[in-house]
Amino acid sequence: MRTARSRHAVSGLMIGLTYLAAILATLPLILILGHIVAKGASSLSLAFFTHMPKPVGEVGGGMANAIVGTLILIGVASLIGLPIGIGAGLYLAEKRGTPFANTVRFLADVLNGLPSIVIGIFAWELLVRRAGFSAFAGGVALGSMMIPLVTRTTEEMLLVVPTSLREAALALGYARWRTSISIVLRTAMAGIATGVLVAVARIAGETAPLLFTALGNQFWSTSLRQPIAAIPLQIFAYSLSAYDEWHRLAWAGALVLITMVLIISIAARFVTRSRFGAAVD
Amino acid sequence: MTSLPAEWLEKEKDRRILRVEGSAVSDRIYEVLTAACALVVPALVIAIALAIFVAAWPAFSKLGLSIVTTSDWDVRAGHFGAAPAVYGTLVSSAVALIIATPLALGVAVFLSEFSPTWLRQPIGFLVDLLAAIPSVVYGLWGIFVLIPLLREHVMPFLRDTLHLGATPFFRGAAYGPSMLAAGVILAIMALPYISSVSREVLLAVPRSQREAALALGATRWEMIRDAVIPFAKSGIIGGIMLGLGRALGETMAVTLVIGNRLEISPSLFAPGYTMASLIANEFSEATSDLHLSALMAVGAILFLITLIVNAIARWLVWSVSRSQAR
Amino acid sequence: MRAIKLAALIFFVAACSKGDGNNSGAASSTASSVGGGADLTGAGATFPYPIYSKWFSDYATATGVKINYQSIGSGGGVRQISEETVDFGASDGPMSDDELAKAKGGPILHIPTVLGADVITYNVPGVTAVLKLTPSVIADIFMGRIKKWNDTRIGSLNSGVTLPNQDILVVHRSDGSGTTYIFTDYLDKVSPAWHTSVGKGKEVKWPVGLGGKGNEGVSGQVKQTPGAVGYVELAYAKQNNLPAALVRNKSGQYIAASVPAVTAAAAGVAQSLPANTDYRLSIVDAPGAQSYPISSFTWLLVYQHQKDAVKGKKLIDFLNWAMTEGEKTAPTLDYAPLPAEMVTSVKAKIATIDLAGAK
Repeated sequence: MRTARSRHAVSGLMIGLTYLAAILATLPLILILGHIVAKGASSLSLAFFTHMPKPVGEVGGGMANAIVGTLILIGVASLIGLPIGIGAGLYLAEKRGTPFANTVRFLADVLNGLPSIVIGIFAWELLVRRAGFSAFAGGVALGSMMIPLVTRTTEEMLLVVPTSLREAALALGYARWRTSISIVLRTAMAGIATGVLVAVARIAGETAPLLFTALGNQFWSTSLRQPIAAIPLQIFAYSLSAYDEWHRLAWAGALVLITMVLIISIAARFVTRSRFGAAVD
Repeated sequence: MTSLPAEWLEKEKDRRILRVEGSAVSDRIYEVLTAACALVVPALVIAIALAIFVAAWPAFSKLGLSIVTTSDWDVRAGHFGAAPAVYGTLVSSAVALIIATPLALGVAVFLSEFSPTWLRQPIGFLVDLLAAIPSVVYGLWGIFVLIPLLREHVMPFLRDTLHLGATPFFRGAAYGPSMLAAGVILAIMALPYISSVSREVLLAVPRSQREAALALGATRWEMIRDAVIPFAKSGIIGGIMLGLGRALGETMAVTLVIGNRLEISPSLFAPGYTMASLIANEFSEATSDLHLSALMAVGAILFLITLIVNAIARWLVWSVSRSQAR
Repeated sequence: MRAIKLAALIFFVAACSKGDGNNSGAASSTASSVGGGADLTGAGATFPYPIYSKWFSDYATATGVKINYQSIGSGGGVRQISEETVDFGASDGPMSDDELAKAKGGPILHIPTVLGADVITYNVPGVTAVLKLTPSVIADIFMGRIKKWNDTRIGSLNSGVTLPNQDILVVHRSDGSGTTYIFTDYLDKVSPAWHTSVGKGKEVKWPVGLGGKGNEGVSGQVKQTPGAVGYVELAYAKQNNLPAALVRNKSGQYIAASVPAVTAAAAGVAQSLPANTDYRLSIVDAPGAQSYPISSFTWLLVYQHQKDAVKGKKLIDFLNWAMTEGEKTAPTLDYAPLPAEMVTSVKAKIATIDLAGAK
């Protein structure tokens, strides 16, 4: 017979297990971050940020070209992803409930869940096959991943803006498009900017779509029509090798990436929390 | 209420009239532009599907279903049976879910029910941050930390100390790169997705449910088990499917730790392969057209599987949020 | 709804007009030096990557011409040059006639650059001595027939060494590889069992083992995993302090891979070059008392008819530099330079690369 005591004991046990789960779930992050900082910090030097990679097997060198490459790829991706994403987000927020908007929202979520390697082979088929490996192709692949991310976060942020604001503007004689842009969009801008940064952080670390598009480059390159280096590509190439020197550089590169991602994530958390209170968790 | 100055009112009236006349065109342009942007999303999905399926067609028409049903991947002979890769994708994701789901649900329940309020944000944030770590960084960590750990401690422990080596799942030499390693890394990567969605839906369960159960004499655990979780069930399943979708498509972390061997083996200690890793390793050099097409076919299948899983996940989560809106 | 239709129309127009702006071939980007970037892009074999990366670095310092080389494996080199997505390819497995026929830009020349060696490298805990292996033992290890390091067949060849009771983990290539081609070409020749069950190629169906990506991945895997054995180019083993086994050659001698041993392997073939050779020569299991049996040429793959005048000229200049300056530095990384007789003939071959059809 299930006595009250045994039931409470079970309850206590399960509660204890959830505490354990909470500890176990936060452990990997701390372990991984700790390891990256420990291994990577010692390899971070000015040389890392300013030098090019050395020939195979030689000691030293840096990831300057990969850092600039990642920045350029983010730039191209943002040029594609931002306008389209924000535009689509505006559309979805305003035409909520229409079948087309629902379909677009659904497909954006689907696109978000697509494996990035599928995006990579798509970009290869579309661009690289005809015109060779290029930073542009890499940017297009990453931009395609940015579009659904920015679309959804823009829509979410726009929906938080109270309708009374929009109605007041319309009542004052603002044109509809003007209302959307100058009033609603501007109000939601902080949240949207945060969403954009989160999307940037996400694509900055992507490797698979770049394998067949940007390819990689040992030299300093800012050309869009040439292959280009990128931090995640270098980390991948270095980590599977046997060279200790390359491993050092890989950890340092990982530290740079993680730091960037962390700063953006913390900032995003801070911005959305302060604007919308503890309701957004 | 103070009245507005007359001159200002006159100017505003003119301005308003002008604006109403001119704004029709601008509004139109605005609508068309945003609609065009929105159109990009379905266009992109269709373009991706088209590009991949058209490229995969030669392999599908020549090899048919044998791409997924046979295990003979012999490039020179023109045989492309990717069944081991499909097996690897499914098994590594299954292992990931088996490890991640209890942990994720545990954290979600902890955060929504038991956690002191000051702890909620930080822990939630820390778990969510796992989703932000790039895949290749997971792979790097996997090679140098996880694999040695598995090889030297966990695998011998499972196989010998716990005598699980008697079962077919934990048999064989402990090399390190293995299905188990892939499953563990995928579990860490899927955890934040399951946990975040579960947390949301659990928090959204109305207090009345909880209070009613407690009033009827349930212990806290029974309240959660019988009143809260069933209410949030479809959302939680949606979260699990979201995690599954992520695990199915993961490439870089898996490629670095799974061992890259096209062979179906029941043992988790054995090296394996996934569809995504196969594409990553062989794509840039597929020498024959049939080889390239076969890889595209594998990509097409991966596309379909993740599409379906993510669609179901979204529908489940969406339907929960809709029912809450009532 | 009308807004959607209008938007769709704009879309289609934009998509269609972008479509016919594509022209085929990497030759479409001529002004490559605008905004920095490399002058030439090549991809392929990981086997010669150490020496190529040194060459391209030295060449950039000497002439300012930057050549970006990505080591994606010989299979990748063949594919990408056939598709004309790169300016040149590199492979240590010669292109087959079929592959040559499929190249989109016309005939491809195999320009041999250096000679290298596939070594059997291993990570056996407690063993610091250099192991001796015979062809049949190597074949059996890689076929999974010899499963433990202390197997009597390995022990009998290495009587002074205490071998542990450790499982052998075979590491092979997961990508299409010229290094694999060289190794399987060798095993195919020396082991009838290998010939019937596995065969040779850039990719084969490995009976056992796990895959590493590139020479980098195989050497990395071997270094990380106790009990592992793999085949890599000599430079990778040396640069990472991994041991390289002595292999018994055709004359019965146990030879270590080295520049003289590889040069000896090529000696026979260099002297008897046919007049109009395309250089697709195999030198595995070569005769000669000092020959290392798993040696090979490695080639740069270039189109005979270059489509881009600027790039074509840069390519030809580099190839000529490689034949003179490059060959001098090869031994510093344990690659054997081409025999002198071959250099003359290769230079003549380079001279046949024409820019006639170039824009």
